[in-house]
Amino acid sequence: MCGIVGLYLKREALRPELGALLSDMLVTMSDRGPDSAGIAIYGDEGPGLKLTLQSDRPDIAFDGLAEDLGRAIGAEVSVRVIDTHAVVSLPHERIAAARDFFSDKDIRIMSAGERMEIYKEVGTPQSVVKRFGLGSMAGSHGIGHTRMATESAVTTLGAHPFSTDIDQCLVHNGSLSNHNYLRRMLARRGYAAQSQNDTEVAASYLSWRMGSGATLGEALEGTLADLDGFFTFVVGTEKGLGVVRDPIACKPAVMAETEDYVAFGSEYRAFSNLPGIDAARVWEPEPATVYFWERS
Amino acid sequence: MSTLDLAETSLRDVNAALQSLNGTTNQTAWEVLNPRGAHALAVGLDAPVEVRVKGSTGYYCAGMNAEATIHVEGSAGPGVAENMMSGTVVIEGDASQYAGATGHGGLLVVKGNASSRCGISMKGIDIVVHGNIGHMAAFMAQKGNLVVLGDTGEALGDSIYEARLFVRGSVKSLGADCIEKEMRPEHLELLAGLLERAGADATPEEFRRYGSARQLYHFHVDNAGAY
Repeated sequence: MCGIVGLYLKREALRPELGALLSDMLVTMSDRGPDSAGIAIYGDEGPGLKLTLQSDRPDIAFDGLAEDLGRAIGAEVSVRVIDTHAVVSLPHERIAAARDFFSDKDIRIMSAGERMEIYKEVGTPQSVVKRFGLGSMAGSHGIGHTRMATESAVTTLGAHPFSTDIDQCLVHNGSLSNHNYLRRMLARRGYAAQSQNDTEVAASYLSWRMGSGATLGEALEGTLADLDGFFTFVVGTEKGLGVVRDPIACKPAVMAETEDYVAFGSEYRAFSNLPGIDAARVWEPEPATVYFWERS
Repeated sequence: MSTLDLAETSLRDVNAALQSLNGTTNQTAWEVLNPRGAHALAVGLDAPVEVRVKGSTGYYCAGMNAEATIHVEGSAGPGVAENMMSGTVVIEGDASQYAGATGHGGLLVVKGNASSRCGISMKGIDIVVHGNIGHMAAFMAQKGNLVVLGDTGEALGDSIYEARLFVRGSVKSLGADCIEKEMRPEHLELLAGLLERAGADATPEEFRRYGSARQLYHFHVDNAGAY
């Protein structure tokens, strides 16, 4: 089944509340997917590039990481450990060296971004929100996912959001049927998948298209022609959010817009605590139609 | 007027209170506060009572309704009035997918738009949508009437049996074995009654009628070799 949520703030004054609003939406969708949960949040730009890392043994893996990584890549880095995750800030040009450093460690790189951080784990949405303190995070926009696994195992790497390029991420409700073919095609184009998950392939597809010069809107339009299966996608980029549903549109989706925000939910329930929701414009995104909201 | 508040009373208790009503009750007027998108609200009612839901509902609101009149003063999630037997359900806002699916009787009115698969497998229900409807409406519809004041999506009435479909706006495409049919006096009379009951501001002459070509569900001996 799976539940997905997204929130794009139009009013800057609401930014300190993004984490609290989005966490509440996510927890409300627990019934749709209690096995894992995750959130991608677009906060302030850090010094340099931010890598969000995950380890099953954070006590060992992240111990002394700032010094070891700094020495290995010849740059000053900062490390902020949050439960099983750590957010590392490093100079842009050292990212390849950092990837080399992590390749033989018990550490996974979940995302890289100027502004985006991803937190995802196995467990109920409530527990994931609590472990990472998502409720107190600030930002301009974010997306979240509660997972009921179908296409791959219940693991941290199988949880959403998936990020396959700088500041890009994807959450998905549905299942794809041509992901094995696409996984091979995208690997040949430099987008090698880390998991067997179908959604990661969709994320790579969007990254490949945008990396080849397509706009977010054009990349989303491309999913309608090139992806086979059921999907409601919500995509995050540095600038904003995008939404697209497959032409059959059996995976639910509802949106709400006020002067302050644009919100996405698998169900209306997800909106019930948003400010001013009673007066919001609420509608269902049309099948096979691309929607996106971006900062200029 | 009796009031049930979902901010204070559990969904299960609200439904139990409504479901316990029978034809002899004197408490015939109810309102439900703070629905906040709750699922399966006011399902399985079986008494001639009136229930006003003050807000939007989630999946399966008013499912299996018999005799009751249920107003949703907001929008309704997927499967509203699914398998309704009789009574009336009115949605002031929009309805999500498969509104009125498999309904055997009664009247479902959607004052906004209804999305995909509206009236799928309908079996005698009357559905009046004031706005537009999405794709695959009245798929495999068997009996009843679907009235749309606005436009329809793709594949209207695909594989339809014997329901009547009346559309005032445009039809994006007709599904397999669904064709436009002549509007005869008895259809105009039927439609006038439905529009009046649904509080719809339209005249029957503005509509076109669609229904089954009856080519798909009759066995043709010429096709025997295909089996």
